[in-house]
Amino acid sequence: MKFQLEYKSYHDRAILVEWPPKIDKSILRDIMLFKSKIISDNNKNRLELRSAYNSLLIVYKEAVCFEAEIEVLRTMYSSGSVETSLTSKLWKIPVCYEDDYALDLQYISNAKGISKEAIIQKHSEVVYTVYFIGFLPGFLYLGGLNEDLEIPRKSTPRLKIEKGAVAIGGNQTGVYPIESPGGWNIIGNSPIEFFNSKNNPPCFAKAGDQIQFIPVKISTYDKIKSQVENNTYIIESSMIYD
Amino acid sequence: MINVLQKGFYSTIQDLGRFGYQDYGVPYSGALDKQAAIVANTLLGNHENDAVLEITMTGPKLKFECDTLICLSGANMNPQINKQLIKNNKVFKVNKNDVLSFGKLDSGFRCYLAVLGGFKSEEIMNSRSMYHKITQQSTIKKGENLTIENTTFNYKTHHSNLRVNMSYIGKSTLEVYQGPEFKYLSASNQELLLRSNFTISKFNNRMAYQLEESLANKLDSIITSPVLPGTVQLTPSGKLIILMKDCQTTGGYPRVLQLSESAIQSLAQKLTGDKLQFKCL
Repeated sequence: MKFQLEYKSYHDRAILVEWPPKIDKSILRDIMLFKSKIISDNNKNRLELRSAYNSLLIVYKEAVCFEAEIEVLRTMYSSGSVETSLTSKLWKIPVCYEDDYALDLQYISNAKGISKEAIIQKHSEVVYTVYFIGFLPGFLYLGGLNEDLEIPRKSTPRLKIEKGAVAIGGNQTGVYPIESPGGWNIIGNSPIEFFNSKNNPPCFAKAGDQIQFIPVKISTYDKIKSQVENNTYIIESSMIYD
Repeated sequence: MINVLQKGFYSTIQDLGRFGYQDYGVPYSGALDKQAAIVANTLLGNHENDAVLEITMTGPKLKFECDTLICLSGANMNPQINKQLIKNNKVFKVNKNDVLSFGKLDSGFRCYLAVLGGFKSEEIMNSRSMYHKITQQSTIKKGENLTIENTTFNYKTHHSNLRVNMSYIGKSTLEVYQGPEFKYLSASNQELLLRSNFTISKFNNRMAYQLEESLANKLDSIITSPVLPGTVQLTPSGKLIILMKDCQTTGGYPRVLQLSESAIQSLAQKLTGDKLQFKCL
């Protein structure tokens, strides 16, 4: 634990802890470690822990005394307890980048002067890091997009983006877990369900996990899609130890 | 069962919310005016988290298919059983085939209907609160039957009245805390935020209330970070957006203020054109 943290009261029942304002894997790892320490502390008044790129929000059941609680958190953060090893998974996510699903691939190819094949290659060769889930139920904020593929959001968002759409917005890439309006550029579609309210937890991935996109033909996409619908598809994954 | 003869402007089933799933991007949802939902449930002897019907602006018309007890709280929409006016914050017996309807909106914006035992709609992730794409329905529909508990009970007419403090409805001063980015505002903007009168724009719903007035904003967007119901965001164009209970779990606009729970309740009872001021706690 080595970062200068800032503790802010958010309201009478919430404290926001902030790391330096950067998108950085070492910050993510530090947040995950602090989160696991707080969870193992098992204080029943702490209702929820929510993290994002450089922040951790702690929501309490009852109003807290900030000075005292912040002191407890500071001590916990700097405590030299043995670092628990974080377990995370690498998920292999099939994506069909063929024309039927890749509504903006040609546009990006023209705008960037990169062939469609090269875009698919650059998008699927990277291992992305899941920083957190937000925006929509099951929307993963992924880090690691190749700079060559950065492209601004559309000036006029689409009113309807299909469930499963794989898209690029600015320096971020992601998958729309449910149908939604949105301004990102669509380059493919995944048959995998990123959110299912009937599962517990509703998302297979969590902050700290990794994602790799595997290009598949439309025939394979259709086959996986029907397996997903019948609940017989198992996402290929492997454990990551650090 | 309750048969929906007319659905009203926007009527949804809500309990106190869906907790523990925010890290998966799931909004809290839940009754916007938490106090009204709790009062209506408590007067019936229900659990405070039992599901109620949140009725917005214009009421539905509901036909009861069984005997039960009901209680209304929140906005005054001139509720009537078989065209006989009834009062908020009081328990009424309804009989099979009775019709509950609503008249003109006299105060507030959202009225809560509790029934004995609560509404028994589908429960998803420990909550019956309706939310687009989480529950199958996002509002009640004309013609549908709402399931309620069909139990036998002994009802004695009570002549006692509970005095409920309803002054939060129509209260224009909203109590707030400084948000995480408040201190980055210029002194003059801090002053403006806490001294000005603001007006509720027509962009208001369960997700957020946008205000008419803007601030000349020089704050940059932040790296996406958690937000809460009641968070007041300042957009790059200077618009102020107050998040409500169906809001996203994270956001990238500076969070300049945070409403208290009672301020969220007061705001839930406001409509387009209403005025408000923020007062720091």
